[in-house]
Amino acid sequence: MSSGFLQFRRRLVDYAATFTAAFLSAIVVGTLVAIFAYLLIKGAGSVNWAFLTHTPKPVGEIGGGMANAIVGSALILGMASLIGIPFGIGAGIYLAEYGRNRLGAFVRFTADVLNGVPSIVIGLVAYGLVVFTQGHFSAFAGGVALAIMMVPVVARTTEEMLLLVPQAVREAAFGLGIPQWRTTISITLASARAGILTGIMLAFARVAGETAPLMFTALGNQFWSFSPNQPIAAVPLQIYTYALSPYDDWHRQAWAAALVLVALIVGTISLVRFVFARSTLREAR
Amino acid sequence: MATAVEVRDLKAWFGKTEALHGINMAVEQAHATAVIGPSGCGKSTFIRCLNRMHETNPDARAEGEVKVGNADIYDMPAVDVRRKVGMVFQKPNPFPSMSIYDNVAAGLKLNGTRNHKTLDDVVERSLQQSALWDEVKDVLKKKSGASLSGGQQQRLCIARALAVNPEVLLMDEPCSALDPISTAKIEDLIFELKQRLTIVIVTHNMQQASRVAEFTGFFLMGNLVEFDRTEKIFTNPSDKRTEDYITGRFG
Ligand SMILES: Nc1ncnc2c1ncn2[C@@H]1O[C@H](COP(=O)(O)OP(=O)(O)O)[C@@H](O)[C@H]1O
Ligand SMILES: [Mg+2]
Repeated sequence: MSSGFLQFRRRLVDYAATFTAAFLSAIVVGTLVAIFAYLLIKGAGSVNWAFLTHTPKPVGEIGGGMANAIVGSALILGMASLIGIPFGIGAGIYLAEYGRNRLGAFVRFTADVLNGVPSIVIGLVAYGLVVFTQGHFSAFAGGVALAIMMVPVVARTTEEMLLLVPQAVREAAFGLGIPQWRTTISITLASARAGILTGIMLAFARVAGETAPLMFTALGNQFWSFSPNQPIAAVPLQIYTYALSPYDDWHRQAWAAALVLVALIVGTISLVRFVFARSTLREAR
Repeated sequence: MATAVEVRDLKAWFGKTEALHGINMAVEQAHATAVIGPSGCGKSTFIRCLNRMHETNPDARAEGEVKVGNADIYDMPAVDVRRKVGMVFQKPNPFPSMSIYDNVAAGLKLNGTRNHKTLDDVVERSLQQSALWDEVKDVLKKKSGASLSGGQQQRLCIARALAVNPEVLLMDEPCSALDPISTAKIEDLIFELKQRLTIVIVTHNMQQASRVAEFTGFFLMGNLVEFDRTEKIFTNPSDKRTEDYITGRFG
């Protein structure tokens, strides 16, 4: 009889735990769904062909779009990724494979602090480094600011993912007479690539929505620009300007821009995941 | 009778702790030599000194002379030593991100061999030699090395080691993670391989030592207590400590 009670209690605890976990997951997913739904309701009506293909109209005129800001954001993020990802992965490799010493501890600490520095401060640093020395605002300066923000995230996830690769895998490579640098690139890094990719996507998504570091670097632009050396428009900057404006049409466009920004981030991440999943299909267990 | 590996006064340390206290051994070419002894007596440390894997541990150090053929391995680049003296580990450790084919080809590919014909040939030959070819020939590039069973993984690791064409193969308790059938397959394999290759195998299984090896060395607390023909070690050991160990009186 008491064993029946014990079984009953175990089952009850099991149900309670499962329910709690499901409930908390639902809250997380629900928040995300709510954000998407709200953006869709507020913004979908204003996303039209003109919005995606035209530049902004002068103040007071209805219509126009954010084509230049969408392209601008893509350019800035492209430059940020081109700079930030290699530095981040390089630093992560150093930390995981060579960084069991004082210098490694120092680099790790620096990365963690950098990760916590407010983005507006990073913007000021990029201003000092690039804008001030070049004498003008530029897309490149914006790319540098976002790259600085990407580096610590990419570096720390790369380190953690490399450390998850069992030492036995490295030993197997050394045992074949494969030099350490080759082992790191072709075996350890390859074994950890799924996790590293997640880290990169996380860093990308995080900086894609940043506004503050672009204010005094990329600056914004009402017109087309494809030059890394000119001030350039960016979607978050446009959202900021339009949302604070007194015009209803601009408010609508700000919502549309927010929707487009989120769609672009989700789209990029999905595309990368899709391409990556295909390239590793043959390894399916 | 020719000596494949000559060890003279080999000492090894982990930090300040001396794990091997001056080992001398002449390993016979194209034969199998077993290394036995209780846990922690230095068997792994000893064979890891024979291909300079010992020093991949940052606070490990070794001293003494190890000659493979006529060359002192401590006068050669470590990567060259490890191509001459291959290694199979206690736990099967295929490269998880690679197909079966790439696992076997890794040693050649990552050292610069690009020719597809050469790689195909070596992969087939190595998998034949490790008696795995028939089981995997249809899924070579489709399945990952990690998708195989434990015994198959270990034979894959043997194929991978054979692919770089070593003179000596070190095996550190290669069957300790395997079931009896897989173990028997690996023992058969050792029989085949030692026709051409010198094998040094660590084992805690004395029946295994007597089945596969012509020579056996008994280690105790970092010393090589006795080294002789296997049947001598197991039937008529010269040292009291060896006798105690093989009769199960301690260890
Ligand atoms: N990575 C290590 N760091 C410090 N000491 C070690 C390490 N590996 C082994 N040792 C020590 O060296 C001695 C020999 O170990 P090992 O060669 O692994 O023994 P066996 O393989 O015979 O069981 C043991 O006393 C062990 O504690
Ligand atoms: Mg051992």
